[in-house]
Amino acid sequence: MAEDDDDLILSDLPDEELVPQMHDDLYDGLKDEVVEGVEILLERGWTPYRVLTEALVAGMTIVGNDFRDGILFVPEVLLAANAMKAGMGILKPLLVETGAPKLGKMVIGTVKGDIHDIGKNLVSMMMEGAGFEVVDLGINTDVDEYLGALEKERPDILGMSALLTTTMPYMKVVIDTLTEKGLRDDYIVLVGGAPLNEEFGRAIGADAYCRDAAVAVETAKAFVARKHNQAAAG
Amino acid sequence: MTAPDDRMLTETGLTPAGRGRVLVIGCGALAHEILALKRANGWHHLDLACLPAIWHNHPERIAPGIREAVTRHRAAYDKILVAYADCGTGGDLARTCAELGVEMIEGPHCYAFFDGLDAFAARAGDEITAFYLTDFLARQFDAFVWRPLGLDRHPELTETYFGNYDRLVFLAQTDDPALDARARDCARRLGLAYERRATGYGDLARFLQERA
Ligand code: B12
Repeated sequence: MAEDDDDLILSDLPDEELVPQMHDDLYDGLKDEVVEGVEILLERGWTPYRVLTEALVAGMTIVGNDFRDGILFVPEVLLAANAMKAGMGILKPLLVETGAPKLGKMVIGTVKGDIHDIGKNLVSMMMEGAGFEVVDLGINTDVDEYLGALEKERPDILGMSALLTTTMPYMKVVIDTLTEKGLRDDYIVLVGGAPLNEEFGRAIGADAYCRDAAVAVETAKAFVARKHNQAAAG
Repeated sequence: MTAPDDRMLTETGLTPAGRGRVLVIGCGALAHEILALKRANGWHHLDLACLPAIWHNHPERIAPGIREAVTRHRAAYDKILVAYADCGTGGDLARTCAELGVEMIEGPHCYAFFDGLDAFAARAGDEITAFYLTDFLARQFDAFVWRPLGLDRHPELTETYFGNYDRLVFLAQTDDPALDARARDCARRLGLAYERRATGYGDLARFLQERA
């Protein structure tokens, strides 16, 4: 809509105004504008990794905080996530080419009986944004599917999501099975979903409960760093 | 007493009349059902207070809300009952009720206790792709589902929310052809197949009968 007078021309903005503008556009779920911003920054010589972290991840972190604080509700988060996904679609192949940092690998799924997936998808996206490779098993995941994927993918992290009181206990089934098979210590187990809390995470034997995607990323980074240090020391 | 208005039940809840020995503090989405049971059983000693039904979408508000309401009303009644199931509080509500020494309804949510906990659990495996409505939710579909999920502004999100579902099951508390038609229309709007299941008041009736 270039004929609209007060419409911004993104490419006219200097970097230090364009990036906050992209944060706003992401917040408002404006997919096309976010994609355009990504393309402009790339043209200006930004590395894909810098575009990802400073424009997309930083913008999505604002959205996540406002969701946590009750300022935004689910649809706004979804629209923002869709906009970010579109931006990431451009960056992903470039990130591989340019050798962006790889922090580790995570297998994630919503547990058996549960088909809520918005939170899980958001965590996957933010983990990818932070440099993790994510294998998403989708919804209604039973213990055999988790185990099969762990064996095939050999990830650092297993992530499980549950939004129903009736499905939360299934996380323990998966963790107990890992323990029985002597595999529990091979993986960092992170769990999340609105009805969970730290106490529950501890009680079922997970390494950590994460309140939201931002916490998930920080926790994953900390655990992976510790694991690598231990490996180096041992 | 005249029937409380749904919009009030959704947003602000219901203030008790201040008469009676037993106070039920429940979810606004159960007000009509509890009042119907009160009428049918002649429970004149029973008074009703409701918290905003829309907390359905913000379960983290429920346990603190119950604590506040029980504390506020406690002195005026012999007994208080909490007409909520867990409702996504992850056990928080059960802990709060135990601490306050009041009883609540067993089970995960109202779909399960209207259907009957055992029946619901037995069906769970086959109905994982079902989305449930109750009488209240069928009447208040726009306020609870359509608008909060942003489908009024962004109908394109329907697939993101409901892509994993294949049918809408209307758990009907009453026999009301108009409501049946309405629930059927909700299914159509979500692109889901429609099924009606008459449940009556299920475990809600049992819970109140044994304690009221
Ligand atoms: C949106 C929603 C839906 C959508 C789901 C769409 C979808 N594709 O996922 C729809 C409308 C379809 C739906 C359906 C149902 N829902 Co629902 N739903 C919700 C609602 C409103 C929000 C959930 C959500 O998406 N939040 C947004 C995301 C971003 O947040 P999040 O999921 O919490 O995820 C964040 C964190 O928890 C964390 N996290 C999440 N997962 C993970 C995993 C890992 C590894 C980590 C580290 C972190 C992490 O990070 C995320 C990002 O910050 C909640 C209420 C609420 N406010 O929580 C009810 C709620 C969860 N649903 C509920 C119910 C009962 C159902 C239904 C049974 C209802 C019905 N009428 O049939 C069905 C479920 C069917 C089934 N078998 O699964 C109840 C659960 C009650 C209970 N006792 O368990 C709730 C609490 C509502 C209520 N009060 O009754 N639902």
